Amino acid sequence: MKPINFSSFYPDFYVERLENKCIKCKICIKECTYEVHTWDEKKKILKEDHSKCVGCHRCEAMCPTNAIIIKRHPSQFREHHLWNPYFIKNIYKQADKGGVLLSSTGCDLPLKIYFDHLVIDACQVTNPPIDPLREPMELRTYIGSKPEKLEVEKTETGYKLKKALPPLIKLEMPIIFAGMSYGAISLHIHQGLARAAKELGILYNTGEGGLHSSLYEYKDHTIVQCASGRFGVNVDYLNAGVAIEIKIGQGAKPGIGGHLPGEKVNEEISKTRMIPLGTDALSPAPHHDIYSIEDLRGLIYALKEATEYKKPVFVKVAAVNNIAAIASGIVRAGADAVVIDGIRGGTGAAPTMFRQYVGIPIELAISAVDKRLREEGIRHKTTLIASGGIRCSADVVKAIALGADVVAIGTPLLIAVGCTLCQRCYTGKCPWGIATNNPELIKRLPPEVVYEKVYNLMNAWRSEIKEMLGAMGLNSIESLRSNRDKLRAIGLTKEEMEILEVKHAGE
Amino acid sequence: MSVILNVENWSYTKVNQYLREKILEGETEFELHGVNGHRYLFAGIKQKIKAKILGVPGLDLGCFMSGPEIYVYGNVQDACGNTMEEGKIVVYGMAGDVIGYSMRGGKIFIKGDVGYRVGIHMKAYQDKHPVIIIGGKTGDFLGEYMAGGTIIVLGLLSQHPEKPITGKFLGTGMHGGVIYIRGELDPFFLGKNLKISPINEEDLTYLKTILTEYCADMDENLESIINDRFSKITPVSHRPYGNLYAY
Repeated sequence: MKPINFSSFYPDFYVERLENKCIKCKICIKECTYEVHTWDEKKKILKEDHSKCVGCHRCEAMCPTNAIIIKRHPSQFREHHLWNPYFIKNIYKQADKGGVLLSSTGCDLPLKIYFDHLVIDACQVTNPPIDPLREPMELRTYIGSKPEKLEVEKTETGYKLKKALPPLIKLEMPIIFAGMSYGAISLHIHQGLARAAKELGILYNTGEGGLHSSLYEYKDHTIVQCASGRFGVNVDYLNAGVAIEIKIGQGAKPGIGGHLPGEKVNEEISKTRMIPLGTDALSPAPHHDIYSIEDLRGLIYALKEATEYKKPVFVKVAAVNNIAAIASGIVRAGADAVVIDGIRGGTGAAPTMFRQYVGIPIELAISAVDKRLREEGIRHKTTLIASGGIRCSADVVKAIALGADVVAIGTPLLIAVGCTLCQRCYTGKCPWGIATNNPELIKRLPPEVVYEKVYNLMNAWRSEIKEMLGAMGLNSIESLRSNRDKLRAIGLTKEEMEILEVKHAGE
Repeated sequence: MSVILNVENWSYTKVNQYLREKILEGETEFELHGVNGHRYLFAGIKQKIKAKILGVPGLDLGCFMSGPEIYVYGNVQDACGNTMEEGKIVVYGMAGDVIGYSMRGGKIFIKGDVGYRVGIHMKAYQDKHPVIIIGGKTGDFLGEYMAGGTIIVLGLLSQHPEKPITGKFLGTGMHGGVIYIRGELDPFFLGKNLKISPINEEDLTYLKTILTEYCADMDENLESIINDRFSKITPVSHRPYGNLYAY
């Protein structure tokens, strides 16, 4: 008997072709990598298979006569609040294939977005706002461990510090690019991001897929990542950036490893990851040399020794239940920066159950960690980098007021270069040329375009952050850090406000 | 002339700093005395130097290194050869857990027993082919996630004569490379998706070459080892998790 695939019966999307506008140019066939559009030679018409459409809108955007509209498929199941189509279709899919459900990007559930329950303060009458167009506004931030106090001694020529400062990295604005590996995204994206980071005076992050030879020139703006699979990690790589990030976990999939399937490991990726062509690149869930805070200290100092204490070492973890205690341990283990990635953090591929249900929101995590480190008197020893669900410059401002020094962004960068959040990065067929390494597809997004779009976005956010700071009467981003008084809550419970350390609006 | 150094009262940072300075000055041979738990010795060194270590080095001996030859007259602690790329570590004693974690090239020879998760995530790349030879017995999870290279377990000299030659879950998640075990191996100890086969001519030639080097270093008799039976363990598939997901 022919196998029945229940999951193919009910498409998510509906491809509407406006016959009066369609000129049968067949661009849609060329643009769609999921083979939705086909040409019927006999009848001389274009046909569409709705069940294959992922809703990426590429054909719609590229159609020269605007003849295509991608809609949600109008076919409906009988209403059931518990058994909505999402769960029904997932069960069909698993019953058909018997595997773990995969998704991409971050958690898409309607969990409470704390950023949207926080409002920002502004000066009125009693203190004047500052206009960043006419007055200096300091966005410069330093990443790294800061000393408890500075001791200065007089020399014949002037003054100097008694003890050398630990390595610090200067950022011209409090935003860095989150780790996204070459393999998960195209080389063109890496090249564009690296160039943008250089122009903006900030950092991009290699992710765990190694560093392509074309990117060594951006070394002053590179964070190299060392994850459990150690792909592409050797001493030259460790020295190739300004900082090393130990990746313990990520917000989209706390507690599990990564997996780049063999079919994606082409020649360039094989060279960059230093693994043979076509083999699976498996990152184990834990670093097997790290089973405790003491072991983490072991790896942090192994990296510091190997790079002669010239590079700050970051530790990236997912925001989970006991994040405050974990972060405290990480700081005590010697991390110069702690990167905390919330449940909304994006991914190229994660099991759906992890993406949706594991971890906690970044707003709560960052506030809890900042509070804990202050209470323990070790807040200055580290830089807190928050990521996972930052959508706009106001989110950046709110994250910093909640205790972060710097934020890391990933998804906004991809949206800036055309991503429509169809959430199918794991297929490697990204029609927008983002989450793919197909040589034909990556041509759709050249590095110059990536650079320009990302630079524009960051330029816009930079202006907005300055405006918001000015409105609050602050002239430096450092005065905003952990400054909860600049925030007020709307519609949060007492407990939530306690964790966030913010007062309710009107208080 | 080798640089002879007693590091008994030195911190590991000071030892490494000193070694790096001397290596830059062109020194190629070193002898470290009084090593007692010093961590990260020779971390990230790229030059092809030779070193003798007398005592017990601590965590991560030779981590990220790419060139040195290190001979340890004593035991070594965990994670020796962590992510090493090239070079050689010879240990005339026992070794702890996660030896050769993610090593991409070079050789690690251990005379005695080793702990858990040895050779985890070893990988080969282009002309690089990492090798770990264990003279004694091993703990659980030997060659876990192994993606390339060779591990050989001889079981000649062990603190635990009563125990089997390897621990349980051998080669769990292995998707490349080869593990050779001297003697027969009960499949009970094996991880999933692996197969045991007898060695062929090609294997024997390879074993002869690499064990000649091992026996010369360890002063063992090659004849008596090579004439024994060996079991060869390889993954059934290079894509052990290919069907894990429902798209």
